[in-house]
Amino acid sequence: MNKHYGIYGGQYVAETLMAPLKELEAAYEDAKADPAFQRGFEEILRDYVGRESPLTYAKRLSGHLGGAKIVLKREDLNHTGAHKVNNTIGQALLARRMGKKRLIAETGAGMHGVATATVAALFGMPCEVYMGAIDVERQAPNVERMKMLGATVHAVSEGSATLKDAMNEALRDWVANCDDTFYVIGTVAGPAPYPEMVRDFQSVIGREARRQCLEKYGRLPDQAIACVGGGSNAIGLFAGFIDDPGVRLVGVEAGGKGLASGEHAASINGGRLGILHGAKTMLLQTRDGNIIDTYSVSAGLDYPGVGPEHCHLHDTGRAEYAVINDDEAIAAFDALCRYEGIIPALESSHALAEAIKRAPKMPKDSILLVNLSGRGDKDMENVRRYKDAKNN
Amino acid sequence: MQRITDAFAKAKSENRGAFVAYFTMGFPSLAASEKAVDDIIAQGADVIELGVPFSDPFADGGVIRSAAYEALRQGVSLADVLAAAKRLRAKHPGTAFVLFSYYNPVFSMGLEAFAALAADSGIDAVLSVDLPLEEREEFVEILKPHGISYIPLIAPNTPLARIKESEAGLENSFLYVITVKGTTGARAELPPDLTTRLDAIRASAKLPIAAGFGISTRAQADEVSRHADGFVVGTALVKCLAEGKPPCLV
Repeated sequence: MNKHYGIYGGQYVAETLMAPLKELEAAYEDAKADPAFQRGFEEILRDYVGRESPLTYAKRLSGHLGGAKIVLKREDLNHTGAHKVNNTIGQALLARRMGKKRLIAETGAGMHGVATATVAALFGMPCEVYMGAIDVERQAPNVERMKMLGATVHAVSEGSATLKDAMNEALRDWVANCDDTFYVIGTVAGPAPYPEMVRDFQSVIGREARRQCLEKYGRLPDQAIACVGGGSNAIGLFAGFIDDPGVRLVGVEAGGKGLASGEHAASINGGRLGILHGAKTMLLQTRDGNIIDTYSVSAGLDYPGVGPEHCHLHDTGRAEYAVINDDEAIAAFDALCRYEGIIPALESSHALAEAIKRAPKMPKDSILLVNLSGRGDKDMENVRRYKDAKNN
Repeated sequence: MQRITDAFAKAKSENRGAFVAYFTMGFPSLAASEKAVDDIIAQGADVIELGVPFSDPFADGGVIRSAAYEALRQGVSLADVLAAAKRLRAKHPGTAFVLFSYYNPVFSMGLEAFAALAADSGIDAVLSVDLPLEEREEFVEILKPHGISYIPLIAPNTPLARIKESEAGLENSFLYVITVKGTTGARAELPPDLTTRLDAIRASAKLPIAAGFGISTRAQADEVSRHADGFVVGTALVKCLAEGKPPCLV
């Protein structure tokens, strides 16, 4: 198993978690090699999630921009409304295989919490979700959904009361209860084997998109673009094209109010090497090595670290990482609503905004593949508030 | 300098467990935490763990977390803790000092720069909560030429073979044996199998062993000392400070 990506990754955890991580590694290696496990996973993705998700040509938007074709991978059409469920199904299947009785998760915007609560209900397992108190407030509809699905939601009010603090609390729970509890991490961060395992479960996005693109257009896209918070939807998309050197891989970080403002969540573009939540990675931190509160209009990108594999892809140059600010993301959100009748998640709107920037400079026969990682119903209130604040 | 080895040897010669005392430096203020170290040394503490406040203390219970957040609110950094260590070293030349930190503040300073500064501040060893055997080698090798050792943590689920690996190559150190799965903090009862586990570890370990997490009373410390070479008290001492009292073990 690959525990490091260049200088990044690893297992920087408390000693008590080393035994559970080794147990998880062994169980995952075993499951990965078992065709029955893979078949079970694919079956649920098909019959429950509704995969495969379509590839949609954003015709009016592309026509308006007058350049490259923008093509959307529709993860927003998955059951639960985002890509997160691909991973929670994989991890819940693994938890069941390992005989674990209880699922715990951290969540920021609440999408991963909802996806974990969903599979917990599907598999009949108790589920507890840790969520920063500030996120509980700004993502109230998702809190209701988790409760409706039978999960217990713990509001974490210490530290900055956001995703990183929720993850701290989930780690504390796991340390105390690792014998019977499976920690479902929502992104490609955390200690090995999580970054690899989550990538594998999300790689269905890229595999499908590659095949669909070849079927529809007889060629691969010129660029594959996805937003990056922790980076799970991006790594899932990239996985399908990593061996196609002609496909440019573009991650988009949340620029918030702009890199210069210091209020952003762009760990690769604005961070420094450090260690958090089990991995060596690029981090937003103070000179003294304390973690900084991040900011983005999109709660799902609001994490001070990033998956270690992304840092490595950045170093090797295989992927590039752009920054999109709040204003640009909101404009892209509006554009997709008005031109295509699709309400995208604010997270995905960051990827879309980068495509909107690039498309006009490219020839008409080129293809920009954008991962539309989630739907935006959860963001209606936030977008309205953002616009109200701008207009005042 | 073998202050840690000496501290355990001295306690053994006096037929008692070595008293390892933890404080979150900077709580309730940097000066007050330094005073607390003076006080506890006067009460017979053998080894002092100087805790570095960190923004994301995921291995700690509520009392130490609150202390860390308050210290950070006052702007106390790793460099400040090392400066305090240097002042304390001047006053207490014989007491063993362990710097107790999450890895990021240390890594962020730069490992070489940290090692030089820690040596100059009179630090004997470093304990990092989130730097297990798999990841520690580079750091341990950088510390060595500066005369600074490393303290491994041993968890309830650490196999004996791994304990051997954890202590390999370390001198002037001890094994910090975590009593319970979970975070730091006082517990009314220690786990029933703790004494047999401590006996088993002690029988096979070359380094002295000190039990920590959950030990909050003199009675618990005495009980643990029958099966370990020392005991660690942290939360109970920090709680004294939180209540405006001088630190003491009752």
